[in-house]
Amino acid sequence: MADLDLPLRQGFAPDAGISQALPDDIPITLTINGERRELHVRPWTTLLDLLREDLSLYGTKKGCDHGQCGSCTVLIDGQRMNSCLALAVTKDGCEVTTIEGLAAPDGTLHPMQEAFIEHDAFQCGYCTPGQICSAVGLLKEGHARTPEEIREMMSGNICRCGAYTNIVDAIEDVMAKEGAK
Amino acid sequence: MDQSPMFETPLFETHVGSPRNRVDGRLKVTGAAPYAAEFTAPDLAYGYVVSGAIAKGKITNIDTSAAMAVPGVVQVFTHQNRPRTAWRSGAYQDEVAPPGKPFRPLYDEHIVYSGQPVALVVAEDFEIARYAASLVRVTYEAEKHQTDVAKVLGEAYVPPKKRSGITPPPKPKGDSEAAFGASPVKVESEYRIAVEHHNPMEMHATTVVWEGGGRITVHDKIQGAQNSQSYITHVFGLSNDDVRVISPFVGGAFGSGLRPQYQLFLAVMAALELKRSVRVTLTRDQMFTMGYRPDGVQNVALGANPDARLQSIRHDLIAGTSTFEDYQEATVNWSVMLYRCDNATATQKLVKIDTYTPADMRAPGAPTGLFAMESAMDELSYKLGIDPVQLRLRNYSEVDEANGKKLTSKELRAAYQIGAERFGWARRNPVPRSMKEGRELIGWGMATGAWEAQMARTAARAVLTADGRLEVASATADIGTGTYTILTQIGADALGLPMEKVTARIGDSSLPKSPVEGGSWTAASAGTAVRLACDTVRQQLFKYARGMDNSPIANADLAQVAFQGERIALISDPSRFVTIADAMRAGGVDRIEAEETAVPDKLVQARYSSYTHSAVFVEVRVDEELGQVRVTRLVDAVAAGKIINPKTARSQILGGVVFGISMALHEESMPDHNLGRFMNHNLAEYHVPVNADIHDIDVIFVEEQDELASPIGVKGLGEIGIVGTAAAIANAVFHATGKRIRELPITIDKVIGTKETA
Ligand code: FES
Ligand code: FES
Repeated sequence: MADLDLPLRQGFAPDAGISQALPDDIPITLTINGERRELHVRPWTTLLDLLREDLSLYGTKKGCDHGQCGSCTVLIDGQRMNSCLALAVTKDGCEVTTIEGLAAPDGTLHPMQEAFIEHDAFQCGYCTPGQICSAVGLLKEGHARTPEEIREMMSGNICRCGAYTNIVDAIEDVMAKEGAK
Repeated sequence: MDQSPMFETPLFETHVGSPRNRVDGRLKVTGAAPYAAEFTAPDLAYGYVVSGAIAKGKITNIDTSAAMAVPGVVQVFTHQNRPRTAWRSGAYQDEVAPPGKPFRPLYDEHIVYSGQPVALVVAEDFEIARYAASLVRVTYEAEKHQTDVAKVLGEAYVPPKKRSGITPPPKPKGDSEAAFGASPVKVESEYRIAVEHHNPMEMHATTVVWEGGGRITVHDKIQGAQNSQSYITHVFGLSNDDVRVISPFVGGAFGSGLRPQYQLFLAVMAALELKRSVRVTLTRDQMFTMGYRPDGVQNVALGANPDARLQSIRHDLIAGTSTFEDYQEATVNWSVMLYRCDNATATQKLVKIDTYTPADMRAPGAPTGLFAMESAMDELSYKLGIDPVQLRLRNYSEVDEANGKKLTSKELRAAYQIGAERFGWARRNPVPRSMKEGRELIGWGMATGAWEAQMARTAARAVLTADGRLEVASATADIGTGTYTILTQIGADALGLPMEKVTARIGDSSLPKSPVEGGSWTAASAGTAVRLACDTVRQQLFKYARGMDNSPIANADLAQVAFQGERIALISDPSRFVTIADAMRAGGVDRIEAEETAVPDKLVQARYSSYTHSAVFVEVRVDEELGQVRVTRLVDAVAAGKIINPKTARSQILGGVVFGISMALHEESMPDHNLGRFMNHNLAEYHVPVNADIHDIDVIFVEEQDELASPIGVKGLGEIGIVGTAAAIANAVFHATGKRIRELPITIDKVIGTKETA
């Protein structure tokens, strides 16, 4: 997609007679999956809604909108974060990686994506982008070493389908392969 | 090689029966699989639902002026300005509706449950709709409501109309009352579970794409695209040609997507009225304003002789339903069906409360009823001084004890044995509180699980094209169950193709007719339908291959060839073969298409019952001071006929088991009966297991041949994993602590507050 430098949503001219005038858009710059984007966002728009509704990056999921499920996990400057809890304007200048940005440009999957498929670490797939981003963040943090620690530190990502044991297996697998390198 | 009785020709199984990765895996791990709220359209408007604040009464006024004044708001729909829809409530009845009058959103001023949608705000974007919704002012005239089942037990009634597809409680056998009185050893207790809401990770959503000229394409979160389609056509007076429902991916549902939810109605209504595309997504709070797993008051009484043979079984249930529908699920039947006993009675009654109608939730009825029954069996085992597994074996039955019918198969005995062995059950010290490590008490418990193995009439189409690709299609769904993958495996083996050359299409109302995806019947039904359609294609293809000039298989009949490696080869001499491409060329066609319908065998149904069974073994560790329970080890030995894909099948059971652990220890929709509302309507307060709650789960598939349950030998797996799990955990908690907890979930307060009885 080309650089965007326009209001993403139709602007609504505040009507003098109405008290419900909306706040102005605020310009921000985000690097999303390696691409620099100049954006105009409303102060009330979350990073999650910006990704999904304005940029059509629907890979990042909404499971609660309250920071309670982890479905919306993305990597912000390499750190895993719930994008529903971040107002987009507060992330001005940040680098955002979503599930769409994990595979190589030639389509080669990230090792964590491969491992999730191999271990059947999902069923409906709805929590999966969040789980995978979270797992990639977890590995980068470098704190989890045992399955017990993986379980604990992956507990911000709910999987209602109950794929937990397979998720842990997938992460352990990637960890072992990275350790072996 | 497996020869199924219904199919004349052998099938060489390359993929069926072997672990295969999900064919939709790549789409799911890259974020490319589109769910209902992720289809988009130019000029898409966003709807936000305003939820009602009282449990019962009337809306006296809705002031939408402030909301309408927000720039970007397109319309606010209420019962006062909604467009005309069907007048008869019958038009709102969907494929799986229980008897009664379905809820009609925005129909009139009456409020029948808390959280009922009272308005839909449609705006140019999501945040504006959400903000404007907060400005809608509703005033009510409240009436006295009742949401507490326990308060109205005296009003219990036997539902006058049985819900279609649900087996009602069996006829009484013998005289359970007299036999109970005469039994030297007996147990009798009351059991409760908590109301549970399905809470799939994807919130219910519908995107309606306005195609112009009154035609719409609907992306709905639904377990059966054709159920949504017929609901829309009936309610809005449209024809099937006007409405196409496409829902290729469903972010979990567990039953919440069987019936169309109210966002479907609202989104379609708004789109038709505004003549533009509209999306309505519910919030997590609103996921608590729809169907739920009903609580009820259950009583189980068991009588036995000192030799541990059951003399009397009695299981009574009074469950809640809404004021407008008589929801029914099979809850008490299992207690009669499972064990050999001459005197057995099971009854099921309803009481009306002011909530939404309960809904099928993963194995509806079975984990509820078997929690009570299998807890009672455990209690009885202690009274008799017999091992819990032995008690079940002592009363083992080879028939359906509820109706005397034969069973299509039952490898439950093997499941007990294999499960016990894997778990190390023989090392169990039967004395409660006898196993301890540090500050943790260790308990080992077990229970039996069962679920009906069903088949439902389902059609499928198979299309083979000259490039050697096969497409199989049916309007069923994949809610994480692996339907795409198993249909691909079946299609690939039927025509001897690699899986990469087979595409499964589902989740589209324009595809061959299928019921909702549920009840664990999809693999057996859609799987058989695909196999049948492929068989017809096979026969056609074989005809072309044999009729070829100098055909190397000219004298063979269908039973003498194998479809393997994209060839049709003689079984006796595989060097004599015709490739699929050559066969089609010889036939002068570039596609072979067939549609077939799988129908359950009436004769089999009349003579047999068919169930999946499981034996669940659990280890819990209980911190006595903190009252915290952890399930540290679980073995589920499942006998469910043929397993098409051991990998996705195992995941199905894992998911069911996690649901069972959740039912036992976590999940609880907490009502405030003063307000008539579930209060913990968010994922921070409505607890479901997270990764740290789940430890070792060992799934075993017990070898089970079944040639009658379905033509492809499949019995289904979606439900069985949850059934029995909660009971096994409660039994393990008793073994650990000596405390018999008869109310789920087993939370800290109950562990600390319950007296030891052993
Ligand atoms: S959607 Fe962000 S944590 Fe649930
Ligand atoms: S795969 Fe369905 S919620 Fe995790």
